[in-house]
Amino acid sequence: MNKKFPISLHFVLTFIGLAVMLYMIFLYAPEEMTMGEVQRIFYVHVACAWPALMGFIIIFFSSIVYLWKRTQYADELAHTTAEVGFIFCTCVLVTGPLWAKPAWGVWWAWDARLTLTFLLWLLYIAYLMLRSYLVNPGRAANLCAVVGIIGFVDVLIDYMAIRWWRTQHPQPVVLGGPDSGLDPRMLATLLVSVCVFTILFFLLVRIRLRLAGIRRELSEIRHVLAFKHSED
Amino acid sequence: MSSLRIIWNILIKDLRVEWRNRETLASMCVFGLLIVFLFNFAFETAREETLRLLPSVLWVAIAFAGVLGFNRSFASERENACLEGMTLAPVDPSTIFVGKMLANLIFLGIAEVVMVFAATLWFNVSFLPALGQLLLIAFFGTLGYAALGTIFGAIAANTRMREVMLTVLQFPIAFWILMLSIDSTGNALRGNPQGNWIGGIARVAGISVVFTVASYLLFEYVLEE
Repeated sequence: MNKKFPISLHFVLTFIGLAVMLYMIFLYAPEEMTMGEVQRIFYVHVACAWPALMGFIIIFFSSIVYLWKRTQYADELAHTTAEVGFIFCTCVLVTGPLWAKPAWGVWWAWDARLTLTFLLWLLYIAYLMLRSYLVNPGRAANLCAVVGIIGFVDVLIDYMAIRWWRTQHPQPVVLGGPDSGLDPRMLATLLVSVCVFTILFFLLVRIRLRLAGIRRELSEIRHVLAFKHSED
Repeated sequence: MSSLRIIWNILIKDLRVEWRNRETLASMCVFGLLIVFLFNFAFETAREETLRLLPSVLWVAIAFAGVLGFNRSFASERENACLEGMTLAPVDPSTIFVGKMLANLIFLGIAEVVMVFAATLWFNVSFLPALGQLLLIAFFGTLGYAALGTIFGAIAANTRMREVMLTVLQFPIAFWILMLSIDSTGNALRGNPQGNWIGGIARVAGISVVFTVASYLLFEYVLEE
């Protein structure tokens, strides 16, 4: 992967993608009729939501792979994905209220998708806190993999439970109403921004993974040096 | 030794330890009582709202009292390296999980009886008309909550600030167990205006069983060195 598609190329691609995305969001996409300019945050909001969810799916699978095959790489992948996914999830929670206030008149409503995103955000926090609070780092991989798997089971349960909860609630208020005759230019902008944010997500994960690899090498070198030092 | 025998031994050990020092149970009951008391006093003015508020008050009290107990459950095993002893024993780690979970379930169950008794007196509500349903909800709700608490208690015992860590892990993941239990309890107390009481309990039971099985399967990785 690194030889065929080096990080530098990935970086350039992301940069171009972001520029195109900004052009499309602010100049190409038409203004929404009822909400006006505010609606343009929709492209960033939805584009952040997808990587945030995908992050936990990756954590789930790499946790299973770690517990099964014991590959260090799977554990590092889960850790880095959690960090990057947490940032995207935070972006969803920040852009959401900014849009909700002018569109709905309130900053926050406990509607299905908001609740889900908030619970996902709490899961990311729990996962990352566990990583940093562990006393014995040797057991970190195992314990975090267990939390990653139970956390993903919880995400699935959230998706079902949110429909059972107080079913008299109306279905989510117009979240941009993508099904109700979205302008083709809007749809194109949305698709591009989702793609660009996914590419950005993987770029951040790769940079962070490389850092994790360097750290691991460094600690191995330190071990060897300390061992040699003790022999002298 | 058969697995049932091992589970029974661990359960009896926990109950015996608890019988001798009475620390966990006493703190859970007192803490639960305090929460019910505080809410009762705070909601004094809203008499007519009692049936709407009471389920939330009770389950929040159960949630907090439970966390107290789960913290002790594995923290006490770390003193004198008891956990290492248990891990070294030639038994299936899952049986340790079941034993500890049953002990937590019993402790939390006893604390629940105390809290419900206090709520009956202070909120002036009778639980008897819907007792059967409430027992089912309490059993399944507590089962899932205790299963998660047991595995997270074991995980949090490895961390600094383990009380905080357990809470941060437990509440988001046990969220729906609590919320759906509150919902079903409220329905049962109001005499099921929407009918179909079995559906609510089935949902609580379903989620609890899923989490219990997941915790049971994953517990061996928590103990692994």
